[in-house]
Amino acid sequence: MNRIIKYIILDIIKNKLVIAYAVVLGLLCFTAFSLEDNATKGALTVQSIILFVVPLVSIIFSTIYLYNSNEFIELLLGQPIQRRKIWISLFIGLSVSLATAFFISGGIPLLLYAEGNVALMMISIGILITVIFVALACLCAILTRDKAKGIGIAILIWLFFALLFDGLLLFIVFQFGDYPIEKPMVLLTALSPIDLSRIVMQLQMDVSALMGYTGAIFKQFFGNVLGLSITFVLLLLWIIIPFSISLNRFKKKDL
Amino acid sequence: MIEIKNVSKWFGKLQAVKNATLSLNKGECIALIGPNGCGKTTLIKSILGMVVPTSGDIIFDGKNIKNDYLYRKNIGYMPQIGRYPDNMTIGHIIEMIKQIRQSSEALDEDLLKAFDLPSLYEKRMRTLSGGTTQKVSATLAFLFNPDVLILDEPTAGLDPLASDILKEKIIKEKEKGKLILITSHLLSELDDLITELVFMQDGEVRFHQHVSELLNKTGEQKIAKAIANVLKNGISE
Repeated sequence: MNRIIKYIILDIIKNKLVIAYAVVLGLLCFTAFSLEDNATKGALTVQSIILFVVPLVSIIFSTIYLYNSNEFIELLLGQPIQRRKIWISLFIGLSVSLATAFFISGGIPLLLYAEGNVALMMISIGILITVIFVALACLCAILTRDKAKGIGIAILIWLFFALLFDGLLLFIVFQFGDYPIEKPMVLLTALSPIDLSRIVMQLQMDVSALMGYTGAIFKQFFGNVLGLSITFVLLLLWIIIPFSISLNRFKKKDL
Repeated sequence: MIEIKNVSKWFGKLQAVKNATLSLNKGECIALIGPNGCGKTTLIKSILGMVVPTSGDIIFDGKNIKNDYLYRKNIGYMPQIGRYPDNMTIGHIIEMIKQIRQSSEALDEDLLKAFDLPSLYEKRMRTLSGGTTQKVSATLAFLFNPDVLILDEPTAGLDPLASDILKEKIIKEKEKGKLILITSHLLSELDDLITELVFMQDGEVRFHQHVSELLNKTGEQKIAKAIANVLKNGISE
């Protein structure tokens, strides 16, 4: 399996898109820190980059890459290799290369400019978000054989989590504000990896004013340490569940 | 060597293979023939585990292939249309498959040399013609000296010279006692190759007979004519 992962990573590196992604992300992060006089403000800008750009690139690039790997998958299926290993290798190859790109371009400016704790937290969240959206891309790519449809689903998923979900929560808060909806709201937040990540990062940065409704409830509910551990478990579930669904479907797929 | 027991495959509402039962033995060179879309490739892909049968079992060397993958060590597969990653060169592909297989046995590089592939090693798969792609597929199928060779339309797209090289190679491997499964529409090409014949139609296996038996029954000299005869007059078992 290691050999297959090695081939996939080499192939992705040869594909210049990932390098372009790393360069652009690096430039964005460096400018974010050098434009703001205050490191926390810079970190906040980087946070919105992590929450918007990283998921978008991860899910779209991975979905397209998985569709383009059809030939590669076919070639390997004739060889004595377990099916699940092929899919897992693709997942690991994509995650490792995209996470490395993020670590180099986003991690270095964060470590240089931001506070130690905040930087570490943001780097680990960025890596987690990358892997989560690679897992969601696996799911998109296995749901349909049609490439255009698959990429469409990927874009919709990103749009939903990055933009629509927050609006939906706000709508619920406005509609049902008179009722005690704090607990259900916390549960609802767990349904979006991007919202979860935002809350964890802001718990760390201690900028309560920007935490938003769900973040405030989260803090009030769990306190810092428990809140952190629970969100990390939830984020891990966001990797495990979509990927295992896609793995199961891949095992039964006809090629 | 390969037992196919009551294998059926549905693609949505379409049944591609209907209750196929076959027994394929070592040392035979078996032709799988039938009209387009009769389920030949689906059956072959089921043996390879690329298509998962809806029902039925496939036994390879006494072991059910369901949830097994190591049996593919003993199979060399040449697809009808070889599809390879666009960006890889011929050299990369061959090197990668070698590394993945990590076979300790000696490699069979006859075809590699006969097709003069090393001189094309730097070419990317995207730039290859259909025939050259077929040459790569054939080379990969024979490279690891497998006990079973599954060749889906092996000579389609090859020039006469390459096609002859491949045929000679197939005969050589048959004499070593390997099981060879060929699908082809060029019946005239099969005459000096095959020992058994499987005929499929509409997803069903219509008959599975020795070539000599079939020729005797129909009173024909050529396989092509014998099959035409059978199609006209029906099968007398």
